[in-house]
Amino acid sequence: MSEEAKFRWIGTRVVRPDGVDKVTGRATYGADFALPDMLWGRVLRSPHAHARILSVDTSRALAHDGVEAVITSQDLPDIPSEEAFVGEQPTNFRELSHNVMARGKVLYHGHALAAVAATTPEIAASALDLIEVDYEVLPHVLDMPAAMAASAPSLHRDLEPAGFAAGATVPPNVSRRIELGHGEPDQGFAAADVVVEREFTTKPVHQGYIEPHACLVQANPDDDITIWSSSQGHFMVRAYTAKLLGIELSKVRAIPAEIGGGFGGKTTVYLEPLAAQLSRISGRPVKMVMSREEVFRATGPALGTRIRVKMGCKQDGRLTGAEAVLHYEAGAFPGSPVQAGAMTMFAPYELEHVRVTGYDVLVNKPKTAAYRAPGAPMGAFAVETVIDELAEKLEIDPIELRLRNAARKGTQAPFGPRYREIGCVETLEALRSHPHYTAPLGPNQGRGVALGFWFNAGMQSSAGLNVNEDGSVSVISGNPDIGGSRASLALMAAEEMGIDYEKVGAWIADTASIGFSDITGGSRVTFATGMAVVEAARDVKRQLCERAAAIWEVEPERVKWVEGEARLEGEPDREPLGLVDLAQRAARTGGPISGRASLTARGVGMAFGAHICDVEVDPETGRVEVIRYTAVQDAGRAIHPSYVEGQMQGGAAQGIGWALNEEYVYDEDGKMCNPSFLDYRMPVASDLPMIDTVIVEVPNPRHPYGVRGVGEVPIVPPIPAVVNAVHAATGVRYFDLPLSPPRVLAGIEAAADRGA
Amino acid sequence: MGAAKQIRVKVNDVDHDAVIDPRTSLADFLRGELGLTGTHVGCEHGVCGVCNVLVDGRSVRSCLMLAVQADGRDVRTVEGLADGEKLHPIQEAFMEEYGLQCGFCTPGFMMSICELLERNPDPSDEEIMEVIGGSICRCTGYDSILRSVRTAAAKLGGARA
Repeated sequence: MSEEAKFRWIGTRVVRPDGVDKVTGRATYGADFALPDMLWGRVLRSPHAHARILSVDTSRALAHDGVEAVITSQDLPDIPSEEAFVGEQPTNFRELSHNVMARGKVLYHGHALAAVAATTPEIAASALDLIEVDYEVLPHVLDMPAAMAASAPSLHRDLEPAGFAAGATVPPNVSRRIELGHGEPDQGFAAADVVVEREFTTKPVHQGYIEPHACLVQANPDDDITIWSSSQGHFMVRAYTAKLLGIELSKVRAIPAEIGGGFGGKTTVYLEPLAAQLSRISGRPVKMVMSREEVFRATGPALGTRIRVKMGCKQDGRLTGAEAVLHYEAGAFPGSPVQAGAMTMFAPYELEHVRVTGYDVLVNKPKTAAYRAPGAPMGAFAVETVIDELAEKLEIDPIELRLRNAARKGTQAPFGPRYREIGCVETLEALRSHPHYTAPLGPNQGRGVALGFWFNAGMQSSAGLNVNEDGSVSVISGNPDIGGSRASLALMAAEEMGIDYEKVGAWIADTASIGFSDITGGSRVTFATGMAVVEAARDVKRQLCERAAAIWEVEPERVKWVEGEARLEGEPDREPLGLVDLAQRAARTGGPISGRASLTARGVGMAFGAHICDVEVDPETGRVEVIRYTAVQDAGRAIHPSYVEGQMQGGAAQGIGWALNEEYVYDEDGKMCNPSFLDYRMPVASDLPMIDTVIVEVPNPRHPYGVRGVGEVPIVPPIPAVVNAVHAATGVRYFDLPLSPPRVLAGIEAAADRGA
Repeated sequence: MGAAKQIRVKVNDVDHDAVIDPRTSLADFLRGELGLTGTHVGCEHGVCGVCNVLVDGRSVRSCLMLAVQADGRDVRTVEGLADGEKLHPIQEAFMEEYGLQCGFCTPGFMMSICELLERNPDPSDEEIMEVIGGSICRCTGYDSILRSVRTAAAKLGGARA
């Protein structure tokens, strides 16, 4: 695509199609649906971190007035182990089934083991107390060193660890070992003038979407099931629910609700299969809504990690080698994003020698779920902190050091391929030239920078584009709109069709009304579903030209679609035919005009983001205040710049919370101690400065409008940017998150003691 | 469960008589009994602010207030913000300034901002931050919400924006 391309709609800041619904309260989220005769479902959860279920007696609960159904794992099929790629990462259906409803053992505090449907939520809640469970409490493991100790109790006796050499000694509770890279890092370290090696830890954190999980499910006697729920993919909901109930996909219709935030956490199911089974048994619709406490205790947080990083550098600032060992906490079932963490952490740099080894480790905590660039922020925390230390030791400006090693077109990525067009250098240069970088700092203040990478996803998408009877256009897709994708899809449709944005309606269809679409995740919707919308629009334009040719009785090749109307080449005096003309004559020229596209999107544009953070640290209390923040990111091309900026600001805000405050706190029995927004503290307005944004545009040549995904990379740089800033302010290096006041103060006092 | 209690509440200028379980929260009453699902529930313990409504003009967490406490009082929810089909300036401002992403927290923010601007049509940024600091948005980073409030104040005749 030429750089001079002029757009009428792409890059404009139009009002979103769903704006009115959302400011008037009309938008329907997961908990907003109701049906006559509806029951309320509630889940019984384990009070133990690890226990064998010896018996479950539901008879008293079932006899309770108002209770219509009670289920345990005995009421769900015991499905075989089967790997599938439906969500954002591989999923094993058997493990998913056991997470949704414990079978044989409970594996974490909060693990579901029974569910009740009753006429009111209060009756359902009181019926839970009548379910009698006999447990044999088992020893549990809460951190990775304990889980991997030779004497550790095993969570899964049938675990088959992958990625180990035959005959290798595999520690308990390790489900997988991965290794990637190229060259010989030891050679690189031998050639280095400076080598830094550090170990980092991070705690589990929650995605923190404000809307709790919620659904309404109606099962009919013929076994057709209709699901209304809030998720990041109703095709995912359909697939998981059908699989866990052992029924065909064609029997299930999943209708997407508006989604009140997900950030990766709604790429799986917790409630829908249970509500469906309760509905099948009771014959009545069943609604389930999680409490905030349940969201914290039982839905996937992002994982805790332990990462060792070693990097070598020459005096001239050239990196000579890099090595890392990652331990990623999967929770109670395998499937941490250790692979993504390993692939992304060194991705911004050109490295001749790089090797990463990673382990997926099971602990008695909830099964972790995706969270915005899953696995990457922790790796970036480790690598970008070490780079900062190298820059300090070598007395090289930290952005300059990154630029000297920045990945470019042709650089071999640590995960194998050579990069195509990427904007790593452009992003860093925009960061360096931002006035923030040279602004003066006051006492107790410090500045940090960091760089981040995310792949972005393509995957499968479908879209439809209908020319309506009045000449307006409806764009239909199968992806829940989590951050403004209806606006970006409508903008691309208007641009492609050459018509006013106001003429385009954007709608999300249920699983029975549009072709399969993978989840809204991986920053893929504007990229991949946008590609499907463009293809569908091109299909429609071809049909419109054919209709005009038929009306004019000319060869279709002579008709061109220009600025929203059919024009006959070589006959400038011929009155063009617009959408209204052709729509009105559709019945007589061949019927309704509609376009469809279903595709696997290739040509993903990888994304880089770089952030500057200024903090002020109170030396008396250790409190860190973020006083200025700038985020720079290569968006390829920003279809709707305000929503791109919104993703950058939102990601930065989450990263700042992760760096400074957020963590799961467990007691020694494995019970989370802070399952509320009061005690799990996410940033509020007064905790954050205005987050300045700069969009860099290095177009992705393999997308019709140059799009790169934008949603995830903004959470990758914030943690190291904050931590490096705190170091600059205090002189203390911190290696363990979060930088809460007690931890920061302890670091300052320890440094003072050493200096004294 | 206590004995059912009769209440009369004015909601968005309409009187409602209802017989309710006394432990019903105002949020559940609005959502369940009246079908006003624009008031959301995010944490059930008064922290996130997505359930904010106005009671006699004051912003309250409707998850922490019992419906019986609203007996005889005047409640305003997000559904009562617009004047028929004409959006309230706060609603227009949130749309124009991209003050929302997922939109789940939006009604709660708008109701507490409505209270602020009715009390103080020309708030400083500090005064705005004081109010929006009382609710949680996980999507935006708050900058666009601050801009929305400034714009709303300007639309309502305040001078500062």
